[in-house]
Amino acid sequence: MDTPDTAPPQDVPPSKDDLLVDSPKGPRRGSGTSATVPALAGPQRGRGKVRIGDRLFAGSSRGSGIVLLVVMAAIAVFLTIRSVNAISHDQGNFLTTFEWNTQEGAPLSFGIAVLAFGTVVSAVIAMIIAVPVAIGVALFISHYAPRRMAQALGYVIDLLAAVPSIVYGLWGALFLVPHMLGVNAWLNQYFGWTYIFGQSQPGAQPRSLFSVGVLLAIMILPIITAVSREIFLQVPRMYEEAALALGATRWEVIRTSVLPFARSGIISASMLGLGRALGETMAVATVLSPSLLLSFHLTDPGGSTIAQNIATQFGESQGVGRDALIASGLVLFLITLLVNGGARLIIARRKEYSGANA
Amino acid sequence: MSTITTSPRRSPLNGSLKERRLPRWAPAATIVVAVALAVGLGLGLDITSKLQWGLMAAIFFVVGQYLLARQVEGPRQAKNGLVSSLVWVAFLLALLPLFGLLYYTISKGAGVINGTFLTHSMNLISPNQVGGGLYHALIATLEQVGIATLVAAPLGILTAVYLVEYGTGGPLAKAVSFFVDVMTGVPSIVAGLFILTFWIVILDQQYTGFAGSLALMILMLPVVVRSTEEMLKLVPNELREASLALGVPKWLTILRVVLPTAIGGITTGVMLAIARIIGETAPILMLVFGTDVINTNPFKDPQSSLPLYVYQQYSAGTDASEARAWGGALVLIALVMLLNLVARGIARWKAPKASR
Amino acid sequence: MKLQRNGRTKALAIGAVAVVSSLTLAACGSDNNNASSSNTSAAATTAAAGSSSAAASDCGSGQLLGAGSTAQANAVTQWVKDFQAKCPGVTVNYNANGSGAGITSFESGKVAFAGSDAALKPADVAAAASACPGGTAIDLPMVGGPIAIGYNVPGVTGLILDAPTLAKIFNGKITNWNDAAIKALNPTATLPNLAIQTFHRSDGSGTTANFTAYLAATAASDFPYTANKLWPAKSGQSATGSSGLAAQVKSVKGAISYFELSYATAGNISTAKIATGASAPVEATAANASAAVADATTVGTGADLAQKLNYATKAEGAYPITLLTYEIVCDKGNKAATLPALKAFLNYTVSAAGQSSIGSLGYFPLPAALQAKVAAEIAALS
Repeated sequence: MDTPDTAPPQDVPPSKDDLLVDSPKGPRRGSGTSATVPALAGPQRGRGKVRIGDRLFAGSSRGSGIVLLVVMAAIAVFLTIRSVNAISHDQGNFLTTFEWNTQEGAPLSFGIAVLAFGTVVSAVIAMIIAVPVAIGVALFISHYAPRRMAQALGYVIDLLAAVPSIVYGLWGALFLVPHMLGVNAWLNQYFGWTYIFGQSQPGAQPRSLFSVGVLLAIMILPIITAVSREIFLQVPRMYEEAALALGATRWEVIRTSVLPFARSGIISASMLGLGRALGETMAVATVLSPSLLLSFHLTDPGGSTIAQNIATQFGESQGVGRDALIASGLVLFLITLLVNGGARLIIARRKEYSGANA
Repeated sequence: MSTITTSPRRSPLNGSLKERRLPRWAPAATIVVAVALAVGLGLGLDITSKLQWGLMAAIFFVVGQYLLARQVEGPRQAKNGLVSSLVWVAFLLALLPLFGLLYYTISKGAGVINGTFLTHSMNLISPNQVGGGLYHALIATLEQVGIATLVAAPLGILTAVYLVEYGTGGPLAKAVSFFVDVMTGVPSIVAGLFILTFWIVILDQQYTGFAGSLALMILMLPVVVRSTEEMLKLVPNELREASLALGVPKWLTILRVVLPTAIGGITTGVMLAIARIIGETAPILMLVFGTDVINTNPFKDPQSSLPLYVYQQYSAGTDASEARAWGGALVLIALVMLLNLVARGIARWKAPKASR
Repeated sequence: MKLQRNGRTKALAIGAVAVVSSLTLAACGSDNNNASSSNTSAAATTAAAGSSSAAASDCGSGQLLGAGSTAQANAVTQWVKDFQAKCPGVTVNYNANGSGAGITSFESGKVAFAGSDAALKPADVAAAASACPGGTAIDLPMVGGPIAIGYNVPGVTGLILDAPTLAKIFNGKITNWNDAAIKALNPTATLPNLAIQTFHRSDGSGTTANFTAYLAATAASDFPYTANKLWPAKSGQSATGSSGLAAQVKSVKGAISYFELSYATAGNISTAKIATGASAPVEATAANASAAVADATTVGTGADLAQKLNYATKAEGAYPITLLTYEIVCDKGNKAATLPALKAFLNYTVSAAGQSSIGSLGYFPLPAALQAKVAAEIAALS
């Protein structure tokens, strides 16, 4: 703050002689988005090196993308083949059956409805709680906390991300759930009329979708916070200073210059968090009291999520039963895809704030 | 250039004579009043949950502070104050579970941690016996996560570079970002199943630490790509243009300008990814198999892993094994903390010195 | 600038500390727990002492992999310790990932033996044919244990239940502890007005399979389901793993659940006695359960020793709710590399020493007649 900032490029030691090439007059495009520099026939020595380096780097980054694509395509194919096999053996309706009978010797009958409902509901609860809090915490670290404190705090919040999910599960089952008892009773007393918070068996252990949502919120909080924080810190000072110069309060600075700039990033961060919430296995399996009943009483024990169902059933499933679990994994895939697609659409509408115009 | 500026004060109106301001002690006073009100109400209405007392106090504080500021300072300042209070509340709210969790884990796990625990395996220890340790799991976790990171971090960062710097808008880039999105939703157990089928059953490999690493790579990639992508997008185009205008080739611009500028965020992303995979149990159980003896070779014979160790010890259900489970959890948390610290140190060391 | 340099040194220092500590870490790991552990298992020591007489060639060598049942995980862990003390040249790894997963691994030839809570089904035997060239997969009964009915009712000890009452409780027909049916069985106990909260396993489990088999066999009218690894009834709450169930019963007043006896012992949970029709209600103990298994009949053919438990047993002191788990191996066509180690390990587990060493973990020794039959099959493995 006290010294004029050194812009990053000045910090780069121009050691390689590549850097000393007299500036080429080639039609180099200004934005960082051009594919490769068109090869200009020229006797300059540096240009040959430049092109090799560029080609290598572009090639390897492109190659990485292709590797990733191949891996993902392989997984998608694998999931689809196994799912088709499972669904063709399903005696019930895969979309509407409310049971999961995949043991050999009995007719196979399984459906995704309860699992998909539980997955979406618990993730939505988690997002409703976690996203505002995470943005608040990220803002606190980037714009409110004293500077010295902010770094330490950022680290402290990152700690939450360091806790493995099995530990969250144990802590959730042994500590959080008993403490949710009072919260649930309170919700039942004052908000029971909403049906959602009504309890059909008051006093039962709150090993419910609602508790799972709260636990997932705690689990994804550090992910959203960490990414959002980094993005808030990247907001060009210019924008903020312009707002300040116009006499804006701190909140107005944030609302007019920080949040719009960071919007795409916040959405991406939330999607990362959502991905974890949707796919969380061990913690949910430990906290939830799974059942295959579809109930909108979210504070009643019961419900089931896709990932939790896979984890709890996997050990005793064989053959088609295993494939049925994979089919449910494919549904989770599709849910993630829909949500991410929606998020991408929102981001696309606010493109202009991205530094790379990407 | 945004970065070449003299530093302004954050609130230029701070000392202004024109504005009526709340005295400095006002927030503190509001807190005291809010807490007193909450305690009074809690006792009066016989509410037992201390959590509810805290929530009530927080609500009283936020509302009280807002009304007060509105009276004295006007609506704009009041709104500003309201948001400040909310941000503080959010922060305190986030700290609550953190300390609850840490306290719980430490109080349950610290008892078993000693030199023996850290340096011995579980060889020749039966479930209801005290003693033994997690050295075999610790080493295996470091190796498995290390291999996964060595592959997935460069691959992920390069992919993000491709998405942001090279393939913008092209069909390949679209396909890649589509699949990265899908990948974030792969439940860990499905990734494990995939590796089990392809690597162990079809390619006829053995259960090894490396098989576990393969699954961890799949889980790590999307987190790295997605966070790196966001960070690279935020690097101002002016920097790229300045570098290119000086005749620096594009690859060096990316390597020396774009990546260092975003290194803090990239490190955060990689650390998040490591934190996510280091605690994975399900795919490890399926692929690494688990063992009680030390096996330092991730490419041959079964290994163990810290989360697997925690899971197994908890499942065994005896007092001794449960204590070991919490000890293992504590070591796992400490390990991620340490890795985080090192990564941050490196990021700070390598990053250009920015203004904040 | 000064500040920046500080940051650099700090980072370097942190890095150095990390490198040094990891190097120290790498240097000082040890598999030797005998020297350091103050509480070395007596069994291990005696096994080690006894091993001097056993020729090392009996042990085989290398890695022996097994996978499957979680219910026998603690028993196998104990056996592995004792066996490895005797045969240091063999490393046995047992992955308790569930019977189904274990059988699947066995069918693909990845493990030498699978632990299973239930005998193989014909489809499994067919699928395992490729893993056993020239032979078939067989069931060897190996681990038995009582399934305890754990409950948490303040002020009530020595609760007595019978099969129909249990079935009604777990099927949601009896919902309060002061129900007349429970009172009739426990005339002296002061039963509180407390809602019953039943807990069952949410994951597939051999414990559930045996418990539901018991209910289906003895109280079919009140429990209209068949034996299933997955809890078939709709009522009640659930938790993952026996440890999860035990944790719930421990913390929830009015709870009742079923799990292996070892979890009840470890968690200090009261267990119910079962009125079987014998002269006195039977307590869940290893000895009583062993008596019930002696009443079982062999239903496997040839080398297969699958057992059918008599859940309706009225024998004196026979605890009817028991779990019997199997090791699944090939009778012929085992992999040559692991066959000696496999035979040595299974020989140890079925021996009197092996069977008695798991008593403290809540399992019971197989009846002597069955032990002899299993031992004969193991000797014939090839």
